[in-house]
Amino acid sequence: MRKLLLYLIIITTGTVFVIRLFYLQIYNTSFASLSEDNAIKVIYDYPQRGAIYDRNGRLLVTNQPSYDVMVIPRELKPFDTTEFCSILKITKDKLVKRLKKARIYSPRVPSIIIPQLTKNEYAYLQEKMRKFEGFYIQKRSLRDYQTEYASNVLGYIGEVNDRIIKDKPYYISGDLIGIDGVEKQYEKELRGIKGVKRIQKDRFNRDIGPYKNKKFDTLPVNGKDLTLTIDSKLQAYGQKLMKNKRGGIVVLEPDTGEILTLVTAPSYKPELLVGRKRSPNFTKLVYDTIAIPLFDRGLKAEYPPGSPFKTINALIGLQENIVDTQESISCRMGYYYGKNGRKLGCHSHRSPLSMIPGIANSCNAYFATVYRRIIEKYETPQEGMDKWRKHVESFGLGNYLGYDLPTGKKGKVPTSSYYNKIYQYPTYKWYASATLSNAIGQGEVLATPIQLANMTAAIANRGYYYTPHIIKAIDGKPIENENYTIPKMTTIDKQHFEPVVEGMHQVYTQGTASSLQVEGIAICGKTGTAENFTKINGIRTQLTDHSVFVAFAPKDNPKIAIAVFVENGYWGSRYAGRIASLMIEKYLKGTISRTDLETWILTHSLEEEYAKPYSGQPFKINQ
Amino acid sequence: MAKSSIASIDWITVLLFILLVGFGWGNIYSASYESETFSLADFSRVYIKQAYWILLSILLIIITQAIEVKFYERFAGLIYVLSLLSLLGLFVFGKNVNGATSWYAIGPAGIQPSEFAKACTALALAKYLSDMQTNIKLIGHQVRAFLIIALPAIIIVPQPDPGSALVYAAFFFPLYREGLAAMYLIVGASAAALFILTLLFDPLWVVLTISLGIVALLVRNRKRKPKYSRYLMTMIVVTGFCFSVNYIFNNVFEQRHRDRFNIVLGKEVDSKGIGYNTNQSEIAIGSGSWTGKGWKEGTQTKGGFVPEQHTDYIFSTVGEEWGFLGATTIIILFILLLIRLIHLAEKQKNQFSRVYGYSVVGILFIHFTINIGMVTGLIPTIGIPLPFFSYGGSGLWGFTILLFIFIKLDANRVNEW
Repeated sequence: MRKLLLYLIIITTGTVFVIRLFYLQIYNTSFASLSEDNAIKVIYDYPQRGAIYDRNGRLLVTNQPSYDVMVIPRELKPFDTTEFCSILKITKDKLVKRLKKARIYSPRVPSIIIPQLTKNEYAYLQEKMRKFEGFYIQKRSLRDYQTEYASNVLGYIGEVNDRIIKDKPYYISGDLIGIDGVEKQYEKELRGIKGVKRIQKDRFNRDIGPYKNKKFDTLPVNGKDLTLTIDSKLQAYGQKLMKNKRGGIVVLEPDTGEILTLVTAPSYKPELLVGRKRSPNFTKLVYDTIAIPLFDRGLKAEYPPGSPFKTINALIGLQENIVDTQESISCRMGYYYGKNGRKLGCHSHRSPLSMIPGIANSCNAYFATVYRRIIEKYETPQEGMDKWRKHVESFGLGNYLGYDLPTGKKGKVPTSSYYNKIYQYPTYKWYASATLSNAIGQGEVLATPIQLANMTAAIANRGYYYTPHIIKAIDGKPIENENYTIPKMTTIDKQHFEPVVEGMHQVYTQGTASSLQVEGIAICGKTGTAENFTKINGIRTQLTDHSVFVAFAPKDNPKIAIAVFVENGYWGSRYAGRIASLMIEKYLKGTISRTDLETWILTHSLEEEYAKPYSGQPFKINQ
Repeated sequence: MAKSSIASIDWITVLLFILLVGFGWGNIYSASYESETFSLADFSRVYIKQAYWILLSILLIIITQAIEVKFYERFAGLIYVLSLLSLLGLFVFGKNVNGATSWYAIGPAGIQPSEFAKACTALALAKYLSDMQTNIKLIGHQVRAFLIIALPAIIIVPQPDPGSALVYAAFFFPLYREGLAAMYLIVGASAAALFILTLLFDPLWVVLTISLGIVALLVRNRKRKPKYSRYLMTMIVVTGFCFSVNYIFNNVFEQRHRDRFNIVLGKEVDSKGIGYNTNQSEIAIGSGSWTGKGWKEGTQTKGGFVPEQHTDYIFSTVGEEWGFLGATTIIILFILLLIRLIHLAEKQKNQFSRVYGYSVVGILFIHFTINIGMVTGLIPTIGIPLPFFSYGGSGLWGFTILLFIFIKLDANRVNEW
């Protein structure tokens, strides 16, 4: 019995120790990371972020050095605060407050005390730095913008937040990451890969050599330079033209799908979101909920496309063989339909019209007829609607286009089930006439400016398009991504395009845009005037129409396709058409001969129009 | 040396000894080397010195095995007196190392007599208890036995080296085995429990709660005509003990002693000051995970974060570099050694050998328990080495002699009577 007790004591002790070891080594994982913290110092070697060029090799974005004054609170020694404060132009109160905050954050981990010194401040401080133990200067790299434009394309960079750190283990606190635009889309290419050095430290925090003979160390990989498809001169011109207006311009090269220009208005200068100024400026931009400058209208604004959509209905009509180019359709100031003599109005023009003058004069009755025939060609309106929809979607409408920018909207092309739902089919039936506004690009159809530009490019190409993209080359090597190099075919046969192109050409020569002709360039275009509504105090209120215009030029072998949207700009040729003509001339000729158009655009503002719904007063539209 | 004696040496014990010493040296090497060339003549290197200590201990082993068994028994008293004298001599000739005068300086090396005094005391106790005249059930004989144990401890405490003195509690093992009343164990354990309770809670509440318990017990047993005086005495003793513990802790202990207790009891969190050792040791062990970081790859060990890592905290190197599996293996080796020694001690026909054997078990066990308990943060910091493992010549030699005298006694078992 006595012997047994001694055995028991010994074995119990051993068991207790093994349990304790299990707790320390296996169960409680916090010790493992603690050890990593204090015995191994990890130093990161950040490569330069890649530069960004435009299609002509003009430098848009590069880097500038910036210097942060850092502190490691644990290593602070008493220092001459008066001198320190006078060098850095900071009050003593502020310094004390920031030091306290740094100590609360962590006594061991460096914190920023004064961010982003200029080169001059840095040069002066560097001499004195040794006097202030515990402080050191960290060089950082900030973006340096060589352009005032294209902020929506370029995007910006900022420090990673906690969520990013959790999701993407590459990033640690304080790292920079692309947050919008190309900076976000091509983050991996631009940033390169940071190098890692691990250094074994002893208990006095001294370095005692590389950890495990540099086995785990890596060298930094440089960021890659990007060449964009943007033509920075055209971009700048577009942004100037859009001053005091809201809307977007998208310019594509039909041959390749390259985005030549992507304008959203209003916008901001990219340098506003750099360094110390970023935070207050960003707040200002975010809180502008009326003009919403951070909202890329070129990519995200879904507008009713209006009359330019008629070209698609013409093409579908020809493809479905329910109309030919010869047949003339009469218009009595509109199209009458339904039992109660409902009317889709039209403006005054000669009647009847065949397809080409129908497009040139934008006759609503013509396209209502064509659209109705398309839907009614099939046994049920559902079937007709879905056939029609398939054609429309082949132009890149109604879904994400697949371009390489991080934001976008699908737009909208209605489906038969959509109408089934709103008309409560099969309890009630619906017919083509109920969806008639699709004929003229109103009603259920919505498209973003880039979708409209892409649609125009597909017409310019007579039947196919390349997915729009912003990247031209990475580190000098042209892109090979098949998404951008293989054309997407539309469902319309090539021969059907010529009459529509001719119609669009006549828009310029004798139709709704005849006042916008440019000497020496055969432009094909289509005006659009899109009704739109907003809610004021919960009441649906109509606002002045959006001015819409799509165009491509030259007529044969097109070099440029463009879509312009000007919010509340009234009829199509008023704002959008003028801008489109100017952009085309600028791109193709390099100079402007229609200075009358340019002066008109530069001197006209729509700010008054935009203020109307917020004035609280009753107002008139379409003046 | 009789030939039959070598053949009957317990080779299992010897094997365990070799494993522990060998593995110990490997860890000392890891804890103290700095990536330089290896030179056997470089005495400034801790692991070189330890290698020589180990080599020399082989000589000691041969000597212990060469000496006749009767010598140990006959001269136990003299050896004991000599060791007491060597301890007393420290007060005159001792060298102060780290605030403790526990060393004789002999050239570049130092000898720590307290490491040898344990074996000497074990011999003396064995001799006394195995005397035909001695009866451990008698109070007078108990007092004498206690005196034999307590004398060296009393001399060691003021050196000051309270850790080494505490080791003498190990002799409870042989005394208990030889028939000391279990009452002592109960009282000792209760006192320890009360001590901890008093530190954790207000002593007033402890006293009140225990008194209530005693009264409840009395009420339950009232029909059996209890002796009221006994209950009363117990209450008085408990009350006195609690308040005196409280008094001693707050007024006699120094702050550093108080801190050590408070940290283990969780009343204080302090990872920079007094708790630094324990905290760093726990970090090092904890970072080892299942299989450790590999020999000589411990980042904590390399960085020297754990103070005294090659001596008292050597087990933290095991934990970091060999992980849970390695550390558990060492624990198991120690447990096997202790069990083997009890097994052997039980087989002794001669009471002298048996008492000595249990003394060896007790001493090794208490070193093992206190050291690993301290390194893993289970008990307060008490600086005593891990047998066969920690760096230190005197320690290694002391444990080697202690163990191999018993191996000799055991090997001689067959020749007796």
